[in-house]
Amino acid sequence: MISNSRRGRLLAVAAVAALALGATACQTDDKGTDTASGGGSSAAAGPVTVTLQTFGGGKNFGYKEAVDKWNAEHKDIQIKYDNLTDQFEQVYWPQMIQWLQSGAGAGDVVGIDEGGMGLAKAHPEWWADLGEFGLQNRKNDFAAWKWENGVTADGKLFGLGTDVGGMSLCYRRDLFEKAGLPGDRDEVSKLWPTWDDFVAVGKKFQDKVKDTKFVDGTNTLYNVVLVQEAAKNGNVSYFDKDNNLIVDKNPAVKTAYDFAQKISQEGLTAKLRNFTPEWNTGMKKSQFATLGCPSWMLGAVSGDGGAGPDFKGKWDVAAVPGDGGNWGGSWLAVPKQSKHPKEAAQVLDYLTGKDAEVSVFNFAGNMPSNVQAQQDPAVQGAKNEYFNDAPVGEIFAKSAAALQPVFLGVKHAQVKNAIESVVSAIDDGSVPYANGWKKLVDDAVKAAG
Amino acid sequence: MSLHVDALPPSRRRAKSSSGRSFLTWLDLKAAPYLLVSPYYILFLVFGLFPLAFTLYYSFFDYDLTGTVEWTGLGNYAAMLGDSAFWRAVVNTLAMFLIATVPQMLLALLLANALNKRMKFQLFVRLGVLLPLVTSVVAVAVVFTQLYGRDWGVVNWVLGWFGADPIDWKAERLPSWLAIATMVDWRWTGYNAIIFLAGMQTIPKDLYEAASIDGASRRRQFWQITVPMLRPTMIFVVLNSTIGGLTLFAEPTTFYNGNVHGGTTSQFQTVSMFIFEQGFREFDYGYASAAAWLLFLLILIGSAINFLLIRRIGGNR
Repeated sequence: MISNSRRGRLLAVAAVAALALGATACQTDDKGTDTASGGGSSAAAGPVTVTLQTFGGGKNFGYKEAVDKWNAEHKDIQIKYDNLTDQFEQVYWPQMIQWLQSGAGAGDVVGIDEGGMGLAKAHPEWWADLGEFGLQNRKNDFAAWKWENGVTADGKLFGLGTDVGGMSLCYRRDLFEKAGLPGDRDEVSKLWPTWDDFVAVGKKFQDKVKDTKFVDGTNTLYNVVLVQEAAKNGNVSYFDKDNNLIVDKNPAVKTAYDFAQKISQEGLTAKLRNFTPEWNTGMKKSQFATLGCPSWMLGAVSGDGGAGPDFKGKWDVAAVPGDGGNWGGSWLAVPKQSKHPKEAAQVLDYLTGKDAEVSVFNFAGNMPSNVQAQQDPAVQGAKNEYFNDAPVGEIFAKSAAALQPVFLGVKHAQVKNAIESVVSAIDDGSVPYANGWKKLVDDAVKAAG
Repeated sequence: MSLHVDALPPSRRRAKSSSGRSFLTWLDLKAAPYLLVSPYYILFLVFGLFPLAFTLYYSFFDYDLTGTVEWTGLGNYAAMLGDSAFWRAVVNTLAMFLIATVPQMLLALLLANALNKRMKFQLFVRLGVLLPLVTSVVAVAVVFTQLYGRDWGVVNWVLGWFGADPIDWKAERLPSWLAIATMVDWRWTGYNAIIFLAGMQTIPKDLYEAASIDGASRRRQFWQITVPMLRPTMIFVVLNSTIGGLTLFAEPTTFYNGNVHGGTTSQFQTVSMFIFEQGFREFDYGYASAAAWLLFLLILIGSAINFLLIRRIGGNR
C-alpha cells in the first residue's frame, strides 16, 4: 500500500511538472487578448472601431488630440488609441511580430519604429497594400527616404511616415544656473561645440552640484553619438547594406561606446536607463540635468509619465554637440489581418496627413515627417511652452532638412537590444569597463545569429 | 461522481430489456464514468500533452519564427550545454529557489504551529495569512520594486540608518536574488502555512497528551511529534514549491519592468525567462523548446532530490 501511494504521488508530481512545463512552453503575453479590433462584424449597424496601437513614453505618438478630433467628427469610424508600452525593442516589437505571424492580435493601424522597418519590409505578407486604398498619391508629402522605407522589397506600399527624430539636447535651465553656468539656450549651445567640450562642462557642473548628475545614463547619449557617427561612416550602424553585422568593424559603434564609457567613468551619469520607471522617477526627482533629445523625446519629458507639469519652464532645448543626427522616427502600417483595412487606411491617411502631424507636433513635440506639415507656419514658428518657449519648430525643421537616414538591418532591433544592455551594464557596474567592448561585440554577434 | 450509478436499484436494472434500454444501461454503467472524468483528460491532452510533444518535436529544429525551419537533430541541446547564458539562468533559478524556499518552509511551519493554537478570531486570522496569495502578482511586484528601489526605496533608506551604502538591487546578483526571494515568500508562505495547518489538525491529540504526561516540553512535542507526523504534507508542499520555484517567471520579470532579460547582464533571469526570451524575443523557437525540455529535466531531478530528502525527515527519531 505504502509504496503504491508513493508511486501515485510521484506520478502526480510528474503530471503537474508536465503541466507546468506546458504552460512555460506556450506562454504568451496576456496583453494580446483584449486588443483585437472590436465590434465591426455587424457591419451595417454600429460604428467601425479602428484600433491604433503605438509605443513610447510620455505622450508617445502624440495622437491624443488628433484622435479626439477624428472621433468627434466621424461617428461611423471610431479610433481606439492604445499605447501598449514605452519599450519598442524589448516589448512592443516582439509582441507585434508574434501577432503578425500568427494572424491575430495586432491592431488595425500599428506604429513601427525605424528599428523594425528592416524586418517589416522583408515581410510583405504581414501588411495590407495601401496602394489599393489610393494612398500612392501621398508620395509628394514625404522625403524620398521616408517614403521608400514604407515600401516592401516587392514594391508594395505598406507604411507612411509619422515623425522624424532630428536631434537636440534638453537641459535643466534652473540647475545650470545653480551650477554657475549660463541658462540661456544660445549660450548653452556655445558651451559645447564638441562632445569633449560637453564632458568638460559636465565636470564643471558636477563640481558645483552634488545631488543631480549631469546626464541620465549611458544609453541615451550612446544612441545620439552613434547616429551622428553613423552619418560619417556611410550611414550604417550595426549592419551594412547587405545585412552583414559590422558592429566590430564600424568605427561609429566604437566611438559611441567609448563616449558612453567615458561619461560613466567620469561619474557624470545618474545610472538610469531610459524608458524605465526609475528613469521617469529620476526626472521627477531632478536626478539628471541634460538629456539627448530627438523631437519625440520632448513629449517623453513633458508627459505625465516623465518630468510632468511640475517642471514646466525649467527644461530648455539647446543645440546638440557634434553635428545634427537623427534618432528614431516611426511609420504607421495596416496589418493584413485587419478586418477593416479600408477604414484603417482612411485613419492612417488622416494620422499621417498635414493637419494631424501639425497637431501632434503642437501637442507632443514630435517633428512631422510630412513635408507639408514641416513647412506649415504653425510648425516653423512653433515655440514649446513647456521647454521655456524654445523655438523647437526652427530647431527641428533645420535638422529634419539636413537629415541623413541611417540604414538599419533586418535584425537591428535584436542587436540594438543586446548592445544597449551592455552599454547600461557598464554604467550599473555589472560589467567592468575593461570587458565592456568585448562583451558588446560578443552579445551583438549572438543576437544577430 | 459514481453516485448516480449506485443509485440505480438492481431490480430496475434487470427490468430494462429492449435494445434501446440496454444502450442506455451501457452508457450509464460503462461510459458515464469515463465521460464524467474526460474533461480533465481532454484539457490535459490539449494544453498539457500536446504542447509537450510539440515542444519536443520542435526542439530538434532550428525554427526561426520570421525565417526558416531546419532540422538540426540534437544541435539545440548541444549548443545549450555550451551556452553560458543558459547556465547563468540555471544558477539564478536554483539560487533563488534555495534562498526563497528554505526560510519559507521554516516560516510556514512556525506560522502553522502558531495558528494551530486556540485563539480569538481564529478564522479571521487563519484566512488573513492567505491574503498575500490573492493579491495580484503584478501588484506585489510593483510594490516590492518600489521598496527595493536603488535611489528612493524604503529598504535602502532603512539600511542607510545603519550607515550602509545604498544597494543597487537590480544590478548586483545576490541582492537581486534576495529581493525576488522575499517577493516569492511574501506570496507563498501563508499558503504553505495553511496546508501545514491542515496537516497538523489530522495529528491525533492523544499523542500530545501522552507526551505531556511524560513531561515533554512544547518545543520537544513540536519537533518530535508535529514535524514527523507532517511528513506527507511536507512532501506535497516541498514538491509543489520545487515546481513553482524552478518555473519562477512573473516576479523577476515584473521586477525588471516586464523585460525578460532579467537585469542588464541577466543577473536574475530564470530559466523560464530564458525560454521566453529565446522563443518570443529572439524568435528562436527550437532553442526555446530545447531549453523547456532541459527545465523539465531539472524539475524532475529537483523533485526527486527533495522527495528523498523530505522522506528522511523525522525518520530516525
